Amino acid sequence: MSETTAPTTSGTAAGVAPPRSAVVLGLLGLTVLVLPLLGLTVRTPWGRFGALVTDPVVLQALRLSVVSSLAALAVSVVLGVPLALVFARYDFPGKPFVRALAVLPMVLPPVVGGVGLLAAFGRRGLVGRPLAEATGITLPFTPVAVVIAATFVAMPFLIVTVESGLRMVDRRLEDAAATLGADRWTILRRVVLPALWPSLAAGMALCWARALGEFGATITFAGNMPGRTQTMPLAVYLELERNPEAAYLISFILLAVSVAVLVALRDRFLHTT
Amino acid sequence: MSASAPAPSTSTSTAVGLRAEVALRLGTLDLAVAFDAAPGEVVAILGPNGAGKTTLLRALAGLLPIERGQVSLGTQLLESPAHGVRVSPQQRSVGVVFQHHLLFPNLTAIENVAFGLRSRGVGRQEARTRARAWLERVELDDHANARPGALSGGQAQRVALARALAPDPALLLLDEPLAALDVDTRRSVRQQLRRHLDAFAGPVLLITHEPLEAITLADRLVILEGGRIVQDDPPDVVARRPRSTWAARLVGLNHYRGRADGHTLTLATGATLTVADPAAQPGEVLVAIHPRAVALHARPPDGSPRNTWQGTVDALDIHADQVRVHLDGPIPIVAQITGAALADLDIAEGSPLWVAVKATEIDHWPA
Repeated sequence: MSETTAPTTSGTAAGVAPPRSAVVLGLLGLTVLVLPLLGLTVRTPWGRFGALVTDPVVLQALRLSVVSSLAALAVSVVLGVPLALVFARYDFPGKPFVRALAVLPMVLPPVVGGVGLLAAFGRRGLVGRPLAEATGITLPFTPVAVVIAATFVAMPFLIVTVESGLRMVDRRLEDAAATLGADRWTILRRVVLPALWPSLAAGMALCWARALGEFGATITFAGNMPGRTQTMPLAVYLELERNPEAAYLISFILLAVSVAVLVALRDRFLHTT
Repeated sequence: MSASAPAPSTSTSTAVGLRAEVALRLGTLDLAVAFDAAPGEVVAILGPNGAGKTTLLRALAGLLPIERGQVSLGTQLLESPAHGVRVSPQQRSVGVVFQHHLLFPNLTAIENVAFGLRSRGVGRQEARTRARAWLERVELDDHANARPGALSGGQAQRVALARALAPDPALLLLDEPLAALDVDTRRSVRQQLRRHLDAFAGPVLLITHEPLEAITLADRLVILEGGRIVQDDPPDVVARRPRSTWAARLVGLNHYRGRADGHTLTLATGATLTVADPAAQPGEVLVAIHPRAVALHARPPDGSPRNTWQGTVDALDIHADQVRVHLDGPIPIVAQITGAALADLDIAEGSPLWVAVKATEIDHWPA
């Protein structure tokens, strides 16, 4: 038997195995990623689950988070899907630049986003001042601000996912529909959207998960008022000092939601070729 | 179709012809063609890849604007850039069958067939009834509720045909409708397609690169090469007297261009052939020789053939009991011989051979 062949125990996917040092470093990397999740699971006060989950602070944060993240998702769908359509189906001068602006919040530090939102919608902001003068309405530090902040950071995830989905829809199907007399709206409704549905669902899941976890822009633009603007991530931050058990519990809930989203999107992200 | 409910929409009782004059550029393609198609006539558009066949179809369907020319169906002007007229694809009474059926994957077979009727304002119930009748005509009524993914390639293409015909279009366009099918399916779908094309009252344009498909389905062949029509003739004329090398290869003929003067043809290569019937007047001619009329000999032949020369075997194509021998030489030519003759000649690629063609077997006509 030759010694030159690689051991065939659990095997490599294909071809030559990477060096052992890479495996060691890789495992170390995995540890960094997994240990916090393990710690969170271990530290979660399972015994007091019932008492903590009905704690008014937790309950309020939970309710506000669910409502505001769903509202942000709704706004993102209503505005983001049309924007994705424009990006996927129209060419106009400066499109790469405009597109970059639209997805910038994905890489922007959220706190910068919050400052930007204040500059735009704050009491003395670009839009905020005329709005306040005309109607007396001020947006910052209200539940509406929570929704705006979440939309700002989360909508780009929906846009990029839907846009790439639109690019994969077979344009020839739209041609076929046109020769059958379907107007643009019918083509969108009966041909494009059904074909787009998997991408739209994935985009919505990503968008909602991002909105639910939003912290930086929210605390900057909406503040941290229990029952009014304090979402779950903000509650975790605050309760970690006062009531760590509640913080762990909320954190675990958010972790569970994230895992659920990832499982729902497994076809998109967990498949390797 | 149930005789009770009369169709509220259009009727094919007044079928009209197509007049098309289409000029447009798309990438490297420069398309400029003009042709007519009479009601009930099936015109096959044949040509090599990139000749502009699909572009022409898309232009006629209204999916691609033309730059110059005019497209009309009967008295209705569909498109004329000079007059600022352009009827949208939605408003044209044109049915299209695409190469890859392009059924809507989220809709069932019957919903696909009903799609065009619904888009054109037919009520839900009425559209369903008529769609079912069309599925019966293509013998797929038992698959009415199947989605395209559950249909075979042949079934899907038949549903696509029903979908295109259901709104009762004035013009039917088919883009390589059988190309995506396997050989056996192709035969059965072709037979069914033939019946439906015969029953269709309006003009039909069939895009294909399959000569058999064109000859069995079409009344007329339009050969398109490099965006231009090089021949527009009935199938038997194209089969006997192709006007281009591509078309000649399509029908399996040796094809040359040359000059005729009396009994002598001088080909572009300088080689000469002697023909039995003299040219009426000197001039450019096209020449066709059937491969079966080409005799091959191991030694210089004696006897009557006037045209003999020496060539070398370039390639051998074997189809069942027939062998096509491709020869290089002063006149490159393909000979068709039997397997037995091949064995007698004892040849392989590179073998020298004598070629003989009787003067009476050479057809020529003015270019």
